[in-house]
Amino acid sequence: MRLVTAVLKPFKLDDVKTALEAAGVQGMTVGEVQGFGRQRGHTEVYRGAEYQVDFVPKVRLEVLVDDADAARVVEAIVTAASTGSIGDGKVWSVPVDDVVRVRTGERGPEAL
Amino acid sequence: MRATRVQPFRRVTINSGDTAWLLACTALVLLMTPGLAFFYGGMVRAKNVLAMLMQNYVCIAVVSVTWVVLGYTLAFGDGNGLLGGFRFFGLAHSSEPVPGFSLTVPPLLFMAFQLMFAIITAALIAGAIADRVKLGPFIAFVAVWSVVVYAPLAHWAFSPGGWMAHLGVLDFAGGSVVEINCGASGLAVALVVGKRMGWPREAMPPHSLPLTLLGAGLLWFGWFGFNAGSALHADGLAVNALVATHLAGVGGMLSWLALERWRTGSATTLGGASGAVAGLVAITPSCGFLEPLPALVLGMLAGAVCLFAVQLKFRLGYDDSLDVVGVHFVGGVLGLLYLGLCATSAVNPAVTHEGLLYGGGAWLLGRQAVAVLAAGSFAFAASFVVAKAVDLVLPMRVSEEDEHLGLDQALHAESAYDLGSVRTMGRLS
Repeated sequence: MRLVTAVLKPFKLDDVKTALEAAGVQGMTVGEVQGFGRQRGHTEVYRGAEYQVDFVPKVRLEVLVDDADAARVVEAIVTAASTGSIGDGKVWSVPVDDVVRVRTGERGPEAL
Repeated sequence: MRATRVQPFRRVTINSGDTAWLLACTALVLLMTPGLAFFYGGMVRAKNVLAMLMQNYVCIAVVSVTWVVLGYTLAFGDGNGLLGGFRFFGLAHSSEPVPGFSLTVPPLLFMAFQLMFAIITAALIAGAIADRVKLGPFIAFVAVWSVVVYAPLAHWAFSPGGWMAHLGVLDFAGGSVVEINCGASGLAVALVVGKRMGWPREAMPPHSLPLTLLGAGLLWFGWFGFNAGSALHADGLAVNALVATHLAGVGGMLSWLALERWRTGSATTLGGASGAVAGLVAITPSCGFLEPLPALVLGMLAGAVCLFAVQLKFRLGYDDSLDVVGVHFVGGVLGLLYLGLCATSAVNPAVTHEGLLYGGGAWLLGRQAVAVLAAGSFAFAASFVVAKAVDLVLPMRVSEEDEHLGLDQALHAESAYDLGSVRTMGRLS
């Protein structure tokens, strides 16, 4: 099993969710996060004083998938989230040792 | 204030129209303090918004008490050019005519109307010292300040027996008493309590501009009572003051927006609100002496000048947190001096010497400059002494830990916002 994590432009979340559902993904977790990469931050102006805001709002999405599906899911996210401009985000996946479904106690791939 | 020759023992003849108008204006001016609370509250960080609202609202309570006991009599009781007497102490003899005024309203109503001015002037100071002062010492400061700083200044400029009024200074609704006073006093207290931790290196952006815009709107609404009410009659002069006030607010908003769009690339909501307030500040002393178009020009000037004035604190290194100096002091100075150029007896027969641009020469301008210097230096020096004295007995500054945590939790045991769905608070203890 693998945990696929993606940090994305917030307005792309809907497209990514649709693409993942089409790829057969059953569930996901999202959170609003702040960060920066090569895009860096932006400038805000209050009463003429300019402030550099280093962190920009992003969405972090996490999906647990079977090993066999991981590459396809990563590809689906990348395709759906891409705008071609700076700040599109990143997607990565890491191995997962164990997963338990809380309601039934099922473990491993059964619990996905 | 309509300057009238001193007629201390004239009988009070009540006019119901004037009385109804001034009753409404008194309520309008009271509303400005909650309006100011939200104007300021939106500009501070989320962890300090309740403390800011509290410092504003508490002025309503504290100044009301000091005013009825001492402030009113020192400002408007029969005295000398520098200070009123004690005849109205504790509102004694409060149905007697107010020395120097030919009121057509019950004198007690005049007392209440003037009280609202004292309240908001105190509340304005809170903006200069946002996010770092304890409530108790702030209350102590306001209580003393309202008697030893506000009341004398109100006597000088508002009472026909005061020396400024005698000299021929024009100040319709408080450019000196309210605007210069709160700005100079705010600067003095800000110097006594010091800068906020992290200022100016750390950005401290407003946490809720919608609150600030709502507050600015309430201020604008209440300002009609403040300025047009200062005619003390429901008459043509009040109408002129209202129109001039509105146009100055409009002018300030437009010029600030245009200038910041040009300089930084964006017209901001905070800029629009600040510009409107700057215009309203500048018109406060002058609304009863200017024709409408010069009022619009004054508003535009105020928006432009104050936009540059609020940058000064970064150069000079004083933490006037919400720009009480840059907007109120500077706007007040501008409005008072502008009268020296454009005051005209065509609007108000109390203008004995026309402004410079109306052919009156520099007579009035010189007197307006004297008022600016006197009000500014007295308010600054006296407030500095009061703040230092209070700070010796009751240290005003919160601890570093409390300042970091935020005054809402540290001082008031409350949080303004709990927007998360996760229950973070424990059980009832």
